[in-house]
Amino acid sequence: MSPRFAVIVFPGSNCDKDLLWGIKNIAGMNAEFVRHDATDLSGFDAVLIPGGFSYGDYLRCGAIARFSPVMNEVRRFADEGKPVFGTCNGFQILCEAGLLPGALLRNTSLRFVCETAQIEVANNATRFTSKYDPDQLLRLPVAHAEGRYTVTAEELEQLKANNQIAFRYAKGHNPNGSVDDIAGVTNKAGNVLGMMPHPERAVETLLGSDDGLPFFASLIDSLAA
Amino acid sequence: MTSSKNYKVTVYVTYKESVLDPQGQAVKGAISRMGYEGIDSVRIGKYFEIMAHPSDGTTLEETIDAICDKLLANPNMETYRYEIAEAQA
Repeated sequence: MSPRFAVIVFPGSNCDKDLLWGIKNIAGMNAEFVRHDATDLSGFDAVLIPGGFSYGDYLRCGAIARFSPVMNEVRRFADEGKPVFGTCNGFQILCEAGLLPGALLRNTSLRFVCETAQIEVANNATRFTSKYDPDQLLRLPVAHAEGRYTVTAEELEQLKANNQIAFRYAKGHNPNGSVDDIAGVTNKAGNVLGMMPHPERAVETLLGSDDGLPFFASLIDSLAA
Repeated sequence: MTSSKNYKVTVYVTYKESVLDPQGQAVKGAISRMGYEGIDSVRIGKYFEIMAHPSDGTTLEETIDAICDKLLANPNMETYRYEIAEAQA
């Protein structure tokens, strides 16, 4: 039986269907929606947190979603070493929840960016990126207003020392002012990854790019190992 | 504090000095274009008004500290301060 994926749905999530489509219809896995008020993730092998505007982005992006009942379970799931992935608002939620370091602030330009970004694989030795070549260049959509990844200078050194930087915007293509061009990071243990780009929106060439496919293939491969 | 009294808590959340605030910079730019001189910088923060009373076993300060640490401010990028005043009856 293939691994089971949970796609968390918060009030205001809007990329949940894209994520489910990618992992279920394209990658062929078992996957289902799990509501924000769920209190049980048993039976799932991986958790995917979608983009959107959970709780209207009130207070700070992801700040309210962090206190949804399901997040207690997501935290326990992550503490057990199981894979948790968050894209866009999902990344913001994981930072707010303290499952990933740093915070995502308003883009330096103050504009909502919606474009196909040039992304560089900064570390292909993670369970989310193993199917990419080192330094491979990807075309992945970004769509956000609060994507400026921010950490302290000391935290940045730790991220580098622990190889936690998984994706960077290609030189000269930083769309939001993120420190060190960071587009995606993992936690220290490597089982939680957050990124602003949307790999789930890049799984069919018909829609512009399938550079997101190896991302999901890596994750699936890591579950089989 | 006795639990019979009600208080108004005002909380101010601001970005740490090291954090870039492009919205504040945009506001400062507008002020400059208005022709006012002598404005050196603008930083935007958040302001909360909370009506509260101490609950059994905890002081109001303890409760407000916890709420600020966990929710109102993100300690990664923000700091907070607050004032507690007796509410008008």
